[in-house]
Amino acid sequence: MTIVYEDRGDEATGDVPVNRIRFTINGQKKIAEVEPRLLLSHLIRRGLGLTGTHMGCDTTNCGACTVLVDGQPVKSCTMLAVQADGHTIETVEGLSGQSELHPLQEGFKQEHGLQCGFCTPGMMMAAKALLAENPDPTEEDVRWALSGNLCRCTGYQNIVKSVLWAADKLKESAQ
Amino acid sequence: MYPSRFRYEAPRSIAEAISLLHEGGDDAKVLAGGQSLVPLMKLRFASPALIVDINNLPGLSYHQEDPDGTIRIGALCRHADLERSVLLKSKQPVMAAAAPLIADPIVRNRGTLVGSLCHADPQGDWASVVTALGGSVIARGPNGRRAIPMADFVTGPFENALAPDEIAVEAVIPAPRGTLAGGYLKLERRIGDFATVGVAAAVETSGEAVTRAGIALTGVGGSTISATEASQALVGRPLTAESIAQAAELAAAAARPRTDHRGSAEYKRHMVRTFVVRILSRANGHPAGAGGVVGGVTPDPGPASPNGSPNGPGGGETSGTSEGTA
Repeated sequence: MTIVYEDRGDEATGDVPVNRIRFTINGQKKIAEVEPRLLLSHLIRRGLGLTGTHMGCDTTNCGACTVLVDGQPVKSCTMLAVQADGHTIETVEGLSGQSELHPLQEGFKQEHGLQCGFCTPGMMMAAKALLAENPDPTEEDVRWALSGNLCRCTGYQNIVKSVLWAADKLKESAQ
Repeated sequence: MYPSRFRYEAPRSIAEAISLLHEGGDDAKVLAGGQSLVPLMKLRFASPALIVDINNLPGLSYHQEDPDGTIRIGALCRHADLERSVLLKSKQPVMAAAAPLIADPIVRNRGTLVGSLCHADPQGDWASVVTALGGSVIARGPNGRRAIPMADFVTGPFENALAPDEIAVEAVIPAPRGTLAGGYLKLERRIGDFATVGVAAAVETSGEAVTRAGIALTGVGGSTISATEASQALVGRPLTAESIAQAAELAAAAARPRTDHRGSAEYKRHMVRTFVVRILSRANGHPAGAGGVVGGVTPDPGPASPNGSPNGPGGGETSGTSEGTA
């Protein structure tokens, strides 16, 4: 995997420290050589080409870049890629199987949980972690879990409905 | 945005971490949760030459109670651990009230209490809480271990008392010497925003009289403000509507708010007064401001999830105040 940087003269001519990391992403084991200042979001999008993880604010506010690290939602713009060493990452691309949608994806489709779709991957990853720990959330639980994810289109109503739809679907299939 | 180029080390022992910091001097920084440091580095407000990532150090993710009631929080204990803590809910109402109000749920998965204290942001919530509780920070360096009282730990905005080769390994909250009550209230425009105003208040009572009190303010000055005159006004007598009103006035007088996009100085000072009254009135069993509505858009965690999941809104008190016993 190669990541190309801008050549900005003196800074780029110095010795660039590079660290080798091993991690698992969406079930696949990977090895990467990363500059320590590379963010996890950069590694995912540019290094691995998984562009489903969106960069919104790039300042730890919006949550569009949320991925799961060892099952916990994390803003990938605020974690160094080198810190993924030894950990398991899950992105929106890991949600569905080869052919069928994950209940969360189906829920966002059924309940019209997106308009522009930019925040959606982060919403779904935060929701996935919620449903893993709390399979029967109330509306308040969902709003609480998604309070670190901003949406500028929907007013959140249908996002909350989508997650509750997915929770019902997952409960049905568990029975 | 990229941070400036830096060397990265992830030591496996505290001794190794201290030695790396010693070698790096002023150009080295400790990375714990990274929820403040990484954004600062991306904005180039901080450009350390060496990052010492302590996330691989063993045995620092605890929060626990000593037999004497002292609570210890390790350097890798995340905000989310504290939000879900049964210990805090039963023993430490002020911390339990603050934990769900830190940043947002995703940031809480990585950010740490000790890191927040070290960051020393005037708008940081934990510094006020630990100040009000009379806590301290344990630092480890080449010359061993020392305890730094929280009141001395923050030396200015974004400045702390640590030497460049010291690591804050633990925060310590002393055991209350009576019945502890109090809380933390935060006014924020939306979840994840910095506090417009935050107030931490703790009172310890034995019999009828208050034996110790602490009030500290977030976001209304150049650093965390310990409202010592306000807390002294409560000590040595029963907690009454009169003593609470007096403390609230003194706390408002101790605030040094500035008018900015979050509100006018006058409004912020008023909110300090209001929050002190709300927290202490509830601590006194006389709820002020019926309905339990807490300032602004302070998040309402809602009812506990029916299945008692730890990931639910936590069943925490909406008001951010509750009573607990030592």
